[in-house]
Amino acid sequence: MRAAVRQHHPITRTDTLARRRHLMADAVLSSDPPARRVITRPNAVRRFFQRKSTIAFLMALPLIILIFGLVIYPAFYAVYLSTLRKSMTSVAWMRNCAWLPDIICTHLPFGNIQFLFTRETFWKVVYQSCLFAITAVIFKALLGFILAHFVHNIPAKGQRKWRGMLLIPWVIPPAMSTLAWLWLFDPSYSAFNYVLTGAGFDRIPWTGDANWARFAVILVNIWVGAPFFMIMYLAALKSVPDQLYEAAAIDGANWWQRIWYVTLPMMRNIIAITALFSTIVTFANFDIVRVLTAGGPLDQTHLFATWAFKLGIEGGDIPLGASVSLFMVPILAVAAIFILRDINQRGNEA
Amino acid sequence: MTAATTMSDKGAPRRKTAYGSMSRDRTWALRWSYFFLVIFAAFFLLPPIYMFITSLKTSAEISAATNPWWVYNPTLSNYVELLTKPEYLVFFRNSVVVSTFVVTITMLISIPAAFALSRMRFWGSATLATGVFLTYLVPDTLLFIPLFKMFAVFHEWTGIQMLNRWWVLLVVYPTLTVPFCTWIMIGYFASIPKELDEAAIIDGASWFQTLTRIFIPVALPGIIAATIFAFTVSWAQFLYPLAFTTSVDQLVLPVGIITTLIRGDVFAWGQIMTGALLGALPPLIIYAFLMDYYIAGLTAGATKG
Repeated sequence: MRAAVRQHHPITRTDTLARRRHLMADAVLSSDPPARRVITRPNAVRRFFQRKSTIAFLMALPLIILIFGLVIYPAFYAVYLSTLRKSMTSVAWMRNCAWLPDIICTHLPFGNIQFLFTRETFWKVVYQSCLFAITAVIFKALLGFILAHFVHNIPAKGQRKWRGMLLIPWVIPPAMSTLAWLWLFDPSYSAFNYVLTGAGFDRIPWTGDANWARFAVILVNIWVGAPFFMIMYLAALKSVPDQLYEAAAIDGANWWQRIWYVTLPMMRNIIAITALFSTIVTFANFDIVRVLTAGGPLDQTHLFATWAFKLGIEGGDIPLGASVSLFMVPILAVAAIFILRDINQRGNEA
Repeated sequence: MTAATTMSDKGAPRRKTAYGSMSRDRTWALRWSYFFLVIFAAFFLLPPIYMFITSLKTSAEISAATNPWWVYNPTLSNYVELLTKPEYLVFFRNSVVVSTFVVTITMLISIPAAFALSRMRFWGSATLATGVFLTYLVPDTLLFIPLFKMFAVFHEWTGIQMLNRWWVLLVVYPTLTVPFCTWIMIGYFASIPKELDEAAIIDGASWFQTLTRIFIPVALPGIIAATIFAFTVSWAQFLYPLAFTTSVDQLVLPVGIITTLIRGDVFAWGQIMTGALLGALPPLIIYAFLMDYYIAGLTAGATKG
């Protein structure tokens, strides 16, 4: 750690002076070096702590400890945990691989993953997670885009009010608002079904039927997330210079061409970053599914996170739960790489 | 700027009646915009409104086959019952205490760190800034199982019980708030002109003084936005308290309402909706008063870089 800090010497006036004094001291006193450093120059430690890079490092130290201790370490610990058996005293080696010689197979610590691959529920979870994330993100983006245009269209005076109202779903804690949806979808007292039966339709088993339950969790996720897209896209819309639209209008572009050739190219970066952010959050969603369906009916609406919770915390099989949650990593990593690339690009352009 | 342009748009039809089609297009666009905005606002506000409607009903009215969208005998009994219930008050207190501490811890960690990362370079500071951003992208759902096990092991080693204590949340919530707050603070600090802190240094200010006398006052809007973010995240967090706390007196509001008020077939929906509404109120109130800061923080996360 110290060595790391020392490598970088910002050349300031005080620093060079200090170094010159070091050299003089070196010339005068020639006893054994390490001891001398401590004994003859009590100021060395103080000077080290007064150096700009040291102060900076110390200021960032709590952050570094937090990131390493509570994010990076647990992430690797999850990988380690996923290789253990339920009792966590021995490693879950693989068994009977058809495609590998036994001598290699039985020394690979992926027994949990092998086990997961044989379970039907796991594939249901993969399917549902992808369906949930892709559908929800697409609809959130579309809805946000459309809403942003509507808000942008109206006179600026009223925009603040509408924007404020439309962002409310994002502000309410999702666990709380999902409770309201749960009550709206109640099997026997659903307020939606009251309206539907009043209009002459059949009652809908909102959370009782697998497909309707899938629809319900996606709907609630769209409800929560669309306002965020709207805010981001509205900010992007406002940054498109009016001259571009004027030029397009003079060239005779219709509204569709204006969106396709002016708005979308100008907003491309924000659209991509917002969608990628949302992909991460949606794919890793827990609150909505947990409160609305708890994975039911028959594990049909579980996402990776809710299933991992069920297996790991409620079922007590921590290694299996950790293995399930690790399946989120590849998709999250891809999204993160793209976000980082976009942000770096913007940094270079600026 | 936008105000000016749109205002002139509004005035335009009256002056240039000759170009009728253009202005008629605009009026229609405006009408359609309002039409759809009303529809979407209805969709977006439906659950909170329905919460409010249900919270005014008695259990008898909720289980009756009357129109669920209307309150026939409004009553505040749910509010009175809930606010005199010791459990619920404990949840509320826990939530307030946890959120306040987490906001303080977050600010104490992220402001100096953001200052160091944006102004005082040190070995690896650029990498660390990127690392902070990447950490922000790591979701809670990836970490709760290893953290759960880590706390269990910590208990075995030191004898300090962390699971099922409300203060374990003070340890884990900063993992959600600090990276984002540091990230947006780096953005705000970077936008402060360098001449300002150079002047302070020349006048003999230490780095710490530069931070407290120059950077914090100048970047106050950013700090407020970060504070609001930290508060809303810690108030709304659901997974960590659900995984790490179980005793009724250790729960925070969202988990408390969901685990203690929902008891199978009992018609506690009036109380559940009241509890949920009151639980949603603190973030909503902050949002109502500090909307511009809230939105600034929301958009800063992805646009500052």
